This record gives sequence, C-alpha cells and structure tokens, in this order.
Amino acid sequence: MNIPYTVEERPDSGLANGKLGIWLFLASEVMLFGALFSTYIILRTGATEWPHGELSVPLGALNTVLLISSSVTMVMAWAMLKLHNWGRHRLYLLATFALAGIFLVNKYFEYSDHLARGEGPSHSTFLAIYFTLTGLHGLHIVGGMVVMAYLLGPGAKLWKQNPDQFTNRIEYTGLYWHFVDLVWIFLFPVLYLL
Amino acid sequence: MEQPTTPPSVVYEHAHHIDAHEELGWWRKYVFSTDHKVIGIQYAITGLLFLLFGFGLMMLMRWQLAYPGKPIPLIGPWLGQSRAPMGIMLPEFYNQLGAMHGTIMVFLGVVPLAVGGFGNFVMPLQIGAPDMAFPKINMMSYWVYYIGGVIMLASFFPTTGAAQSGWTSYTPLSVITATSGQTFWLVGMIFLITSSLLGSINFITTIVQLRAKGLSYMRLPFFVWAQFVTSFLLLLAFPPLEAAGILQLMDKVAGTSFFLPSGLVISGKPLAVAGQGNPLLWQHLFWFLAHPEVYVLILPAMGIVSEIIANNTRKPLWGYKALVYSVVFLGFMSFIVWAHHMFMTGMGTTMSAFFQTTTMIISIPSVVILTALLLSLWGASIRFTTPMLFALAFLPMFGIGGLTGLPLGLAPSDIHLHDTYYVIGHFHYVVAPGTIFALFAGIYHWFPKATGRKMNELLGKLHFWGSLVCINLVFMPMFIQGLAGMNRRMYDGGAQYAHNQGVLHWNVVQGYAAWGLGLFQIFFIINFFMSLKWGKAVDKNPWEATTLEWLAPSPPGHGNFLTEPIVYRAPYEYSVPGAAKDFSPQFEPEKA
Amino acid sequence: MHSDPAGVRASLRKYVMIGAALLVFTVITVAANRLHLAVPFAITVALIIAVTKGSMVAAVFMHLSNEKKWIYGALLLTAIFFAVLMSVPFFTIMDSIGTPQPAIGVGEHPAGH
Ligand code: HEM
Ligand SMILES: [Cu+2]
Repeated sequence: MNIPYTVEERPDSGLANGKLGIWLFLASEVMLFGALFSTYIILRTGATEWPHGELSVPLGALNTVLLISSSVTMVMAWAMLKLHNWGRHRLYLLATFALAGIFLVNKYFEYSDHLARGEGPSHSTFLAIYFTLTGLHGLHIVGGMVVMAYLLGPGAKLWKQNPDQFTNRIEYTGLYWHFVDLVWIFLFPVLYLL
Repeated sequence: MEQPTTPPSVVYEHAHHIDAHEELGWWRKYVFSTDHKVIGIQYAITGLLFLLFGFGLMMLMRWQLAYPGKPIPLIGPWLGQSRAPMGIMLPEFYNQLGAMHGTIMVFLGVVPLAVGGFGNFVMPLQIGAPDMAFPKINMMSYWVYYIGGVIMLASFFPTTGAAQSGWTSYTPLSVITATSGQTFWLVGMIFLITSSLLGSINFITTIVQLRAKGLSYMRLPFFVWAQFVTSFLLLLAFPPLEAAGILQLMDKVAGTSFFLPSGLVISGKPLAVAGQGNPLLWQHLFWFLAHPEVYVLILPAMGIVSEIIANNTRKPLWGYKALVYSVVFLGFMSFIVWAHHMFMTGMGTTMSAFFQTTTMIISIPSVVILTALLLSLWGASIRFTTPMLFALAFLPMFGIGGLTGLPLGLAPSDIHLHDTYYVIGHFHYVVAPGTIFALFAGIYHWFPKATGRKMNELLGKLHFWGSLVCINLVFMPMFIQGLAGMNRRMYDGGAQYAHNQGVLHWNVVQGYAAWGLGLFQIFFIINFFMSLKWGKAVDKNPWEATTLEWLAPSPPGHGNFLTEPIVYRAPYEYSVPGAAKDFSPQFEPEKA
Repeated sequence: MHSDPAGVRASLRKYVMIGAALLVFTVITVAANRLHLAVPFAITVALIIAVTKGSMVAAVFMHLSNEKKWIYGALLLTAIFFAVLMSVPFFTIMDSIGTPQPAIGVGEHPAGH
C-alpha cells in the first residue's frame, strides 16, 4: 500500500507529507527550548547574583563557528543532490558529520573542565541551567549525527531507487540541523556572554 | 527530473493485490503493525485497561475515605507491610493512590483512548485516507506510550512506592520527598509526552495532506475538527511540560535547585542545596500544559458526541460552522488561561484580572458548542440506541462540569473553593460522566465498524442506566462537601476537622456508589467480549450514517477503501427534502 | 522541489555568503562583549545580533523566505504561544502580592501592593 504525497507534493497544500511533519516537529521544539529560555529568565531575575565570565568564550565562539560552518555544508549537501552531484553530496554530508563530531569533543572538554573544578550542575542555578540547556542541545546534536550516519551508510541506497525521496530526506535532516544551529546561536550569547 | 513515482489513485487499482503482496506474519500484523486501525485498537485496549486499573486505585481510596483506618476487605492483606500493614492503609500509600489515579486516568487512560484510540481508528477513515501519513511513526508512538505506561506501573514495586505528590507534582514537595517514585513518574511522563508529540505531528499531517477528493475543510466531520485542534494543543502545550519534567528530574537526580528556593528546612534540618530556584515556575510550566490538556480530554469527546447525535437525530447538526469556529477558538484560548489554577499563589491583581477575563471568555465557545448540540435535538425523532443514550447524557453532565467551573475561574469565589472537593467534583463531572461517557458512546457506535458486529442493546442499556445513577451519586455530593470546606487530598477524608462532620456521611454513600459503578461496568465487559463472538453481524453501514468511514467494509482491510472515496457533500446530510432515503452519505454522487 | 537545478546553482553563492556573514556577526558579538557595556545595553545588543543571525539561518538555509502557507501558519501560531510562554510566567511572578519572596528581584516590585 502506498501513502499518497510521500514524495510528490499535494497540489492544494503545495507540500509533501515529510515537509509538513518536520516543521511541526520543529514547532514543538521551539516550545521545548522556549520553556527552558523562560526558565532562564525567571532564574536570572530571581538570582541575587548572576555569574559573568564563568564560561570560556573562545571555546564557545569556536563551537559557534563549527556549527555555522556545518549548517553551510549541510545546505550544500542538499544542493548537490539537486544538481545530481553525488560525489560532492557525500563530501559535504561527511563534512557536516565531522564538524558536529568536533563540536561534541569540544563540549566534552568544556564539561570535564567544569566538573574537575567542582562546578557541577548542583553548584548554582546558573550552572544548572547551563548544563541542562547545553546538555539537551548536545543530545540534539547526537540525534542529528545518528540520522546523518544512517544517510551516509545504509540509508544512502535509497538514492538509487528513489532519488527524489532521498533528496527530501536530506532536506528534512537539513531543516532539523539548521534548527539545532539556530538554538545554539541564541545559547551562545545567553550563556557565555551575558 | 521526472521520477516514476506512483500516483495516489494507483493505490486503489491494485487494491485486490495488496494482501497477496504483503502477507504479514502474526507479529507484524497484530503487534508491531503499522496499520492505523490495529494501532488504534491497541491504543484503545491499553487505554481501557489503564482506566480499569485507575478505577481500582480509586476504589481503594474510596474505602479509606468511607471507613478511615479500617482494614481493606479482600485485597488488604495482599498489599504488604509497606502499603497497608494488617490491611490498614498507610497515609503514604493513600498519597500514592491519589497521585497515580490522576496520572493514570488522564495520561494513560483517557488521552490514549480518545486520541490514540478513536483518533487513530476513526479519523483516517473519516477523511478517506488509506492510512496515517507516517505509519511507522504511528507504531512508534504507541510503543513509546506503552513503555511510559510500564514505567508508571513499575513505580509501584519498590517498597517506597510510587509518586505521592499528586498528579500535579507540585514542587518543592515532589522534589524533597525522598522516595524513588517521583523519579519513575518523571521518566514515565517524558515517554508519554514524546509519544503524544509523535502522534500529534502524524494527525495534523494526515488531516492536511490525506483528505479524499472533494473533502474540503468545511466538509470535515466535526470529529475530525476536534482531533485536529486537539493535535495542535498536544503539539504546542506538551513540550513545556517535557522541559519542566527534565528540570524536575535534574532537581531529583543531579541535585540542582530549579524549583527549590533558598532556606528550605525539612524536619528541622536545612536542605543542602544551592537554592535560589523558583517553586512557582513548576506550576506555570505544568499548567501551561495542563489547562490545554483538559481540552485534550474534552474535545475528542465533543467530536464523538456530535457524530452520534447527528446520526441518531437523523438531522444535520445545528450550526456546524459555529461548532467549527468555536472549537478552533477554544483551542486557541486554552493557551492563555492556565494561571486560573494559581489564584492562591499570591498572584497580583493585574495578572489575576487578566486570567479571570480569559477564563470567562473561554467559557463562551464551550457554551456555544453545548447549545448547538442541544438545539440539534430540537424537533427530532430520536433513536434511543445505547450510543445515543451515552451521548445524550454527556450534554447535561458536561454542562454541570462547565458551569461549576465558572465560580472557580473567578478569584473571589475560587479563594474559598480552591483545593476543596468542589474542584474535584467540577473536573470529574467534565471528565467522568462527560468524557468517559462520550468514550463509551464511541465504543458502542464504532464497534460494528471495527469488528463487523453490533454490541448488545439490552446489556448496553443496563450499563448506561446503572452507570448514570451511580456516577452522579459519587460526584454530586462532592459539591456539598466542597462548599462545606472539606479539603481534597486528606487521607482520612477530613474526619479530623470539626467543620467536616456534617458532610462526612456522604463519604459512605459515595463508597457504595463507587462499588456500584464498578459492578455496572461488568455489563460492559461481558457485552464487549460476547459481542466480539456472537454479536449481530452487520454490513458496511448499520447505523445508516453519512460519513466516509461507513463506506469502508466492516472491518476495513489494510488500505481501508476498495475504491477511491470521493466526497460530494457536507458531512451531515440527513433527511434531505426530496431525497429517497433519510440519509445522503458524503460518498454518494448527486443524482441527476 | 521548491527550486529547479538552475535555481539551486544560483543559490550556492548565497549560501556561502550567508555563512560568511554569520561568522562575521559572531565576531561582532564577541567583540561587543569585550567592550563590557552596561548589562541592559549588552543584552539588547547581543539579542539583536542573535535575532539577526537566527533570521538569516531560517530565511536562507531553511528556505523560510519562500514557504507554503501551512508552514507559515503553524509557525505563526507557535510564535504567538512562544511569546506567551516567555513573558507571562515572568509577569505573573513579578506581579505578586503578600510577602515578597526573597528569591525574586524585590527592587523591581511596582509600588502600591
Ligand atoms: C468550561 C469552563 C471551565 C472553567 C471555567 C474551568 C475552570 C477551572 C478552574 C478555575 C479550576 C481551578 C480550580 C482550583 O484549583 O481552585 C479548574 C480545575 C480543573 N478543571 Fe476546569 N474549567 C472548565 C472546564 C474544564 C474542562 C472541560 C475540564 C476537563 C475535561 C476541566 C478539568 C479540570 C481539572 C482536571 C481541574 C483540576 C486540576 C487540579 O487541581 O488537580 N475543566 N477548572
Ligand atoms: Cu484550567
């Protein structure tokens, strides 16, 4: 049995199912992170003092650069499929995956540095929200990497059978990935700079 | 580039080959199925079992309230030292029963049955779709729900027991209660929320993308509209609770102080945490979900009742458009009323004025819907079938529930009524004789579609009348008790307070009514199983209804329809003047 | 789908340019932070930059500059509830009566309660 509009677009909505699905998912993610940002505001206004310069700005900035670059490579990976350039597509997707990996390694160093100094999440509400927000964001990175690994590995076979569907999958993964980047764009100033 | 993709209509040309192609094994067909009807039935059965379990927890509580400190008969000795030594219930166990009764009824019983069960089974059929837009995600959402349920049940097993801070899990109490139950609860909730999110994405996409030819939005059955709005509530209101759950979990396991203020002292000892957290933040995030959640509980019920009323009055629904606009407005408003649960938290007058106003506004569309349904009965020659009886009873029951909500929505009266049995009476009238009656109506109504057999009318009517009497005897006295000032969540039913003495005897009445209610459910259980085997076999459209699900075979096969459904008219064209029959189904072309 | 190969080819440059602009904005945020501006002002600047960057990602990489009405609709609804979620808990906690909780910015209470 075939579900209609998995690949082609429904004329009246102009959308394929997956496109609407991924955007709805992202809408729920907005509310998830929204609640955490709201928590941040309330904790911060309620705190007697809020630490400044507790996090390493160079490391945070480096991670920002990594994620922005990975967003560029991700959109390129999609564009290359549109241009039927399979080789370049693989290269860009692999680059995205690698940048995400470096981001996580970086994060690991940041975390272990804090923990080594005894600054765990229970230390203050600032560190609590820092660990929660970046931890959840990190899980999103991991999730994205799992999907990319699948699309680089066994999932890549779909390109031969149904290139349009494969291109769509890359596009949806990209939408998710850009969202993860977008969240970090807010996390960086909010946690590291302000 | 052109790709050889299958155009949608081909689905039906090959319909008769499908079963030959995909002969699925037993496991894929009944357990890990991706068919929306199987998943719907899985949801419905699991939900019903949880409702029964939650009902059992309630009966234990009602015993304790009616006869505080007396050993529980029959099962008392089996509960164990940590719960009821010598069969006498411990206060801690009473608290666990209360918290878990609420959680299980709302998140594991009603929502899975109303949305996961009816939504999954009926909605794709009513829009003429072959399945949900994402069948695998549909399967996943069931299994994630299942895991959440197992975690909730497992929390009873450690000797320290399950969560005991109410279904609302207010902080700081929930965090500082040193047992593992709350941790189970939080992890379980995270699973349940994830499941609902997956489901809601699927529902919205299906409704937008897979409607049959000719099925414009204003021709959708009202049930589909109700599910559509419900899905948006789940999609956008649940994530903040997921966030809050994660934060409370951090407080429990990582020692953070998101919800713990400075200077907490427990049993004379200062609590060793960093502090500076905000306990009210939990309430905000919880009710940001939980008020929309009450509409998640009621909207599918309204949808079911509308279908059944139109079908059994043999008339179009009165004011279909008003119903649709009201349900959309209701959904929207339900996001900005939540702090009416928090009038007693020291909220200032500006904010409380704001939330009182929005609460009064939101009751308008509820009244519009109820009125439209009532007016639909006007002048009809009603078929009093079992589903119709349940649907009819829904109207006054929901009416009582809704009207008793108004004094709660106004701070001056709520200050008196908050945290009393009046509140318990209010919301149970909406959810129990309201929503759950609607769900029973739905089961009697769509049982023939799912099984090809009708349920027995006599047993159904016994089930109905018995339940109606008993359930009112359980909940009506709660208003009296609440107005007298009896507090909720008291493990002795409030016997220790002088002001409760005049209303304590109602606890005994409610106890008997609760056992009676349990007994009358046996008629339903017998009817259900008996009808599966011996019920009257029926054809596609036994109720002579107009919506698309009655075009598919009973029970529908994989892929649902034998020919592509096309919609020609509005959903409730009953008794059209000049027509040959008293119903003109959506799928029947206009005769020239 | 929403762009043919020719359109995609034309966009490649745009993607790289936007990526570069995002990096420049990152440098600006960090630099602005070095200036040690007064806190409210620093927050404003940082948020303006973050919103600009975020809009660029959404508009170009996520192709939101040219999407279908259902997606705009869903996002508009989300944006409204997001705003409610961000502001109202904050206001409710600010507007409280009785003994002010020590954990809340006492100085910010409006007079007259
Ligand atoms: C029609 C208008 C309604 C109004 C004005 C209303 C108002 C209220 C208010 C103000 C409260 C808080 C009372 C307090 O704690 O002091 C409340 C509690 C509650 N309502 Fe309603 N309500 C309405 C409809 C509903 C519906 C349709 C449902 C469910 C299907 C529902 C379920 C609940 C629940 C579960 C609670 C109690 C939560 C708890 O504290 O455990 N209400 N209602
Ligand atoms: Cu409410």
